[in-house]
Amino acid sequence: MSLDARLVVRRDGFTLDAVLRAEAGEVVALLGPNGAGKTTALRALAGLVPLDDGHIELDGERLDDPAGKLFTAPEHRHIGVVFQDYLLFPHLSAVENVAFGPRCRGVPRARARADAAELLGRVGLAEHTGKKPRQLSGGQAQRVALARALATGPRLLLLDEPLAALDARTRLDTRAHLRGHLAGHAGPTVLVTHDPLDAMMLADRLVILEHGRVVQTGDAAAITSRPRTDYVARLVGLNLYRGRADGELVRITDDFALTTATPQHGDVFVAFPPAAVALYAARPDGSPRNTWRATVAAVSRHGDALRIELTGAVTVAADVTPAAAVQLGLEPGREVWASLKATEATSYPA
Amino acid sequence: MLPLAGLLIRAPWTTLPQRLTEPGVLAALRLSLLTATLATVVCLLLGVPLAWLLARARFPGRRLVRALVTVPLVLPPVVGGVALLLVFGRRGLVGGWLDATFGFSLPFTTTGVVVAEAFVAMPFLVISVEGALRGADPRFEEAAATLGASRWTAFRRVTLPLIGPGVAAGAVLCWARALGEFGATITFAGNFPGRTQTMPLAVYLALEQDLDAAIVLSLVLLVVSVVILAGLRDRWLGTS
Repeated sequence: MSLDARLVVRRDGFTLDAVLRAEAGEVVALLGPNGAGKTTALRALAGLVPLDDGHIELDGERLDDPAGKLFTAPEHRHIGVVFQDYLLFPHLSAVENVAFGPRCRGVPRARARADAAELLGRVGLAEHTGKKPRQLSGGQAQRVALARALATGPRLLLLDEPLAALDARTRLDTRAHLRGHLAGHAGPTVLVTHDPLDAMMLADRLVILEHGRVVQTGDAAAITSRPRTDYVARLVGLNLYRGRADGELVRITDDFALTTATPQHGDVFVAFPPAAVALYAARPDGSPRNTWRATVAAVSRHGDALRIELTGAVTVAADVTPAAAVQLGLEPGREVWASLKATEATSYPA
Repeated sequence: MLPLAGLLIRAPWTTLPQRLTEPGVLAALRLSLLTATLATVVCLLLGVPLAWLLARARFPGRRLVRALVTVPLVLPPVVGGVALLLVFGRRGLVGGWLDATFGFSLPFTTTGVVVAEAFVAMPFLVISVEGALRGADPRFEEAAATLGASRWTAFRRVTLPLIGPGVAAGAVLCWARALGEFGATITFAGNFPGRTQTMPLAVYLALEQDLDAAIVLSLVLLVVSVVILAGLRDRWLGTS
């Protein structure tokens, strides 16, 4: 079982054009900012939005092919969907919600209900089978929605922001629980999220979508260490610049260059964590090669540290301890010296 | 409220029991209840799919169809009756064919009463159901589709239960309108006791001969409709 798709959907002033592949048992996360086209991609896979171009192929079977006038109705796709707000049928109990899919596929009522009750037991809701959706907590409703999607034995499982509607505490439990169930699903899974943590915890591979285009794909390690857009860099908390490398020196602007630990040639990205930037009141002695004058633009809390946004030759974020910030008198407008160890900066081909 | 009070004050209470048992009264009452209920069933069968089309489907001329649905609301019922005669009458567009093919004629029959009442009462149902459909989240139908439900199954098992209160309210309005229908009925179905003479027609006829009889008939119509409407309201709308 595998998914092979090129999704092209045109809307007023917006075009989604994304290639998406997933192997059997693989969990792929579609990650991107709001309005990037993630949900549209998911709806296109489910057959709720028609493709304008491209194709969708599941297990080698063509489901959609606009060029060949082929469209498979959602009810004939055998694709399970967990919607963002779950969309549990409010007039049916939990067990009836889960039994709904099998009933539509011709499973006799008693069998469908027994199977549904068993499935609910497996997601830890054995005591809640008779409850209506409005009597369930957010985490419980999420589990019912997952059980409902899995009950039909889908060839492809789609999840739209599966954890977005939950509070922080429930989110942790549900994420771990969801991870276990996704591992048990034999077919491919595509999940949509704007939360990088959800994506990295749940998915084997990340596909980053921006303005309807795939800008980067890779596993969590590759994405976190080598971001390729400002959006991804912000998500994973790195400073990112584009420049031209000549050996270890990377020219970023006409009058600003950084020395990195990785020799490259041609167009490159340079990335380094904010914690690698050190700030000084005066030009540091025996100065490391990457030293420049900067002005504090903003100060904000970031975990245990303070995040300092600096302007100057380049904009850069630096993390310092609160003690250091007090000692240096860091506040907007203050002029400082910034320095970066060459070994902390990595460059990679653009 | 004042006209109702007028009816109650002028009612011939002393002769009421014997007037009520007159066979004509019961026959008219039975016919009224029967035809109003049948007309409501007809409206449900035709009106709910029509409302679904208006609320969910996109087709050219949808606005025109929506406007046409409300025409019976503004049309004087007598004109509606005349229109029905022109279509279903023995020489009408459809009526002529019906008569020639099946030897079946609608006007001046009990079925004709049902048709006339359904024609006038239909907008009440369609408007209520369409409003309920617009208020219902269409994504529930999408969720049902991803679970393998055909459009019909999704409608029957998901949408219909969700808009149940709207349909019930529409049906009650529709039934009430059908029960009180006069103009279209007398024009299209005539005024034959036992066959097409419903309560409103009986009231009108009685008015010309015997005011007290008309008042009694009106009271009966009033009491029966209030009792039934109050009962349905509690049962259908009160609990949901």
